[in-house]
Amino acid sequence: MTTTTHDHHDDHAHHGPAKGLARWLFSTNHKDIGTLYLWFSFAMFFLGGVFAMVIRAELFQPGLQLVEPAFFNQMTTMHGLVMVFGAVMPAFVGLANWMIPLMIGAPDMALPRMNNLSFWILPFAFAMLASTLFMEGGAPNFGWTFYAPLSTTYAPPSVTFFIFAVHIMGASSIMGAINVIATIINMRAPGMTWMKLPLFVWTWLITAFLLIAVMPVLAGVVTMMLMDIHFGTAFFDAAGGGSPVLFQHVFWFFGHPEVYIMILPAFGVVSAIIPAFSRKKLFGYSSMVYATASIAFLSFIVWAHHMFTVGIPFAGELFFMIATMLIAVPTGVKVFNWVTTMFRGSLTFETPMLFSIAFVVLFTIGGFSGLMLAVAPADFQYHDTYFVVAHFHYVLVPGAVFSIMAAAYYWLPKWSGRMYNETLGKTHFWLSFVGVNVTFFPQHFIGLAGMPRRIPDYAVQFADFNMVSSIGAFLFGASQLLFLFIVIHTIVAGKKAKAKPWDGAEGLEWTVPSPAPFHTFDTPPKVD
Amino acid sequence: MPSKLLKGGVALFAVLLSAVTQADWTLNMPQGVTDISDQVYSLHMLTFWVCVGIGVVVFGVMFYSIIKHRRSKGAVADNFHESTAVELAWTLIPAAIIVYIGIQAFPVLKNMYDFEDSELTVEIVGYQWKWRYTYLSDDPTQQVSYFSNLATPAEQIRNRTDKGENYLLEVDEPLVLPVGSKVRFVLTAADVIHSWWVPQLGVKKDAIPGIVNESWTIINEPGIYRGQCTELCGKDHGFMPVVVQALPQAEFDEWMAGKKEEAAKLAELTQKDWTYDELMEVGESVYQKNCASCHQANGEGLPPTFPALKDSPIATGDVMAHIDIVVNGSAQNPAMAAFGPQLSEVDLAAVITYERNAWGNDTGDMVTPVDILNYNAGQ
Ligand code: HEC
Ligand SMILES: [Cu+2]
Repeated sequence: MTTTTHDHHDDHAHHGPAKGLARWLFSTNHKDIGTLYLWFSFAMFFLGGVFAMVIRAELFQPGLQLVEPAFFNQMTTMHGLVMVFGAVMPAFVGLANWMIPLMIGAPDMALPRMNNLSFWILPFAFAMLASTLFMEGGAPNFGWTFYAPLSTTYAPPSVTFFIFAVHIMGASSIMGAINVIATIINMRAPGMTWMKLPLFVWTWLITAFLLIAVMPVLAGVVTMMLMDIHFGTAFFDAAGGGSPVLFQHVFWFFGHPEVYIMILPAFGVVSAIIPAFSRKKLFGYSSMVYATASIAFLSFIVWAHHMFTVGIPFAGELFFMIATMLIAVPTGVKVFNWVTTMFRGSLTFETPMLFSIAFVVLFTIGGFSGLMLAVAPADFQYHDTYFVVAHFHYVLVPGAVFSIMAAAYYWLPKWSGRMYNETLGKTHFWLSFVGVNVTFFPQHFIGLAGMPRRIPDYAVQFADFNMVSSIGAFLFGASQLLFLFIVIHTIVAGKKAKAKPWDGAEGLEWTVPSPAPFHTFDTPPKVD
Repeated sequence: MPSKLLKGGVALFAVLLSAVTQADWTLNMPQGVTDISDQVYSLHMLTFWVCVGIGVVVFGVMFYSIIKHRRSKGAVADNFHESTAVELAWTLIPAAIIVYIGIQAFPVLKNMYDFEDSELTVEIVGYQWKWRYTYLSDDPTQQVSYFSNLATPAEQIRNRTDKGENYLLEVDEPLVLPVGSKVRFVLTAADVIHSWWVPQLGVKKDAIPGIVNESWTIINEPGIYRGQCTELCGKDHGFMPVVVQALPQAEFDEWMAGKKEEAAKLAELTQKDWTYDELMEVGESVYQKNCASCHQANGEGLPPTFPALKDSPIATGDVMAHIDIVVNGSAQNPAMAAFGPQLSEVDLAAVITYERNAWGNDTGDMVTPVDILNYNAGQ
């Protein structure tokens, strides 16, 4: 990046973006790539949402009405995979692309061409994954956790395409993570010292290290599956000296940090928004950084809490129970800090703030059920029931997804140069808030009462709450169409936004005009 | 306007929260009928109330700020943003609470892992999509073993008739256990991973192919306790319930004696002269119970996953090949399991005879239990 001083090097700053499709296909601009990631994730959010609607429609009443059990299993699997790898993760990478350079005063991401590549392989991965729905034998039907041997010996032929798609997604994530790390370490503006970094940048830095640590593990586990299926190995087959339990250890060694990959950047987003609308500095900045780092560390030593019932030894149960409960400590610190930031502030409740407050409350409820699940003896009753479904949807939907929506409303003026309509935004918030709770709160009850997850039909005593849950899901699903409308309406017809539309907001991103020009910070800003 | 909406939100939340406590009797974890399930229930309620307590404090402060410290009420922001003492307090207090919960959980967990001194051992094997229960005994000829299948008729599942009281939670033969004595379970699976769960007993353990797991229970009260398979195990994962019938020791012994007698009768039946009509009749019921979930009642299967048996090359071709695939399973596709170890000679002979003659296959072939015995002897 030192070549920018050569005079013969043409001066990008005075070029606009390329015209037409070429702008998007060949883009190396962090803002354009960020936009691509965000739209892609939005599209996947709707695709995964359609699968969820099929699931909730079938579960509206007991009995089999709409789909066959075999197809139902494909829906739960595809819903999970598309939402995790297609909607939530790319959305955060999109936010990182747009905001990290703007927040640290860098002209672009450190590795712009790799940035282009890491995005453009994603649509192929998901096209391939979605195409399995039309293959003989159907799409993957073994759950997003794809436990062997259901996903190996007993899998439909499309499993090979699934494996390849996961490889591509993993490569994309690893490249994205390398880019984030290289950018944050090398491209901070002079004076942007470590403990001045916005928390969003910190949380993403730590997330990127998690990604680099665990995506290869995911690649490893699907490769072992591939070998078992096609090349006669027996990693996961006890008859050949392997073990199905090995699969679960390897998978969750990836899978547990993965859930923090989906929530740490959310912490960063909320840590930007709550101070802005409280007009008060974030309480306990440095403890937030340390808490994030401790959560990341602990996330590597708790994986077997997903496996309390597979028959791990007593000492193992005890260790994983204690380690898991410990995560509640740094997570609690975060929640207390956000609440204390609001305390004695000067609060207003624009849409990003509403989503952030709902995030804190509902994520905390998800955290509570997480603490309950960590208690190993009790987990024998909760495991693989709707209680778990309720738990992880509370941390992922009003958790991760709400934070992404908060971020979208908060930074949309910077991205598009236009303000969204506040009334519509609030309407979207309240519909989503009600929808999410009506969908997922009753699932705690049916789980405790004994309904297993991943079943297409259920005993009659679970009927009422399933119907409530389905109604909530339809409401939540429909309100996202409003979100789409709001975003498009803002871009084409929103009122012009000021450089800094939020009076309490802080950070370098608000020092550039709205919309942020194609090139920003060609000369680094001074940070003091 | 936002304050009204906020209040609405708070009200909704309060309603949801109160539902948790009011609904205790149907919508909470069952207290169950074993000491373990009771202790687990107490742990569950302990952590629940700890969470409620923390929630009340945290959300209390938050909603206080939302109501009192809003700019529209003229609130001016303070600028405190750090306090080591406070940070330390809210790190150490939660840590102490966690240690406390951990200490409460320890003895329960330890107890769950005490498999010693059982009076009866039952082997539980998960199959796609049924359970096999075997009462282990030092004398293998005295071992009682049978399958437990979903008993809910397809008409109810397909919404053609009203659903019964125990819809999807009923089986043809429950696992029968004595009350008051320690029963050890050893669990494994024949194909994919299943998980055997009875909430009222507080027992859930994965049944994993190639691995043997352990669990145990002492049931305190006679009764019928229902649960389900909880690990995704393929198409009919939602249709493999677990039903346990707990009987007083004397009744249990009686039941066990009856079971052994049945087994002896079955051995005699193998030697009896079977007519075509008798075989077809038994064959149809064996088929409905064991084969129809994949090959379908009308024999047309669900191609390409599960082949049709109507007009199929094997069911209308060589008899030996037909016996072979049913007894030993398919070498190409593990979904077609080996039924030799699962069904009696009578059932095997009957189902093969049935498949060769039902749905217009009309081969006229008849396979007798003795044919199966001879086949096995020749293997
Ligand atoms: C879990 C699903 C499943 C169940 C239950 C099942 N089968 Fe099969 N069956 C299959 C599959 C899959 C194949 C194809 C095997 C192959 O491709 O080699 C098959 C093949 C067969 C064939 C050979 C068909 C042909 O012409 O190729 C016969 C005969 C058969 N099964 C009989 C039975 C009988 C009898 C039962 C019940 C006792 C039964 N099956 C239960 C899945 C099942
Ligand atoms: Cu099962």
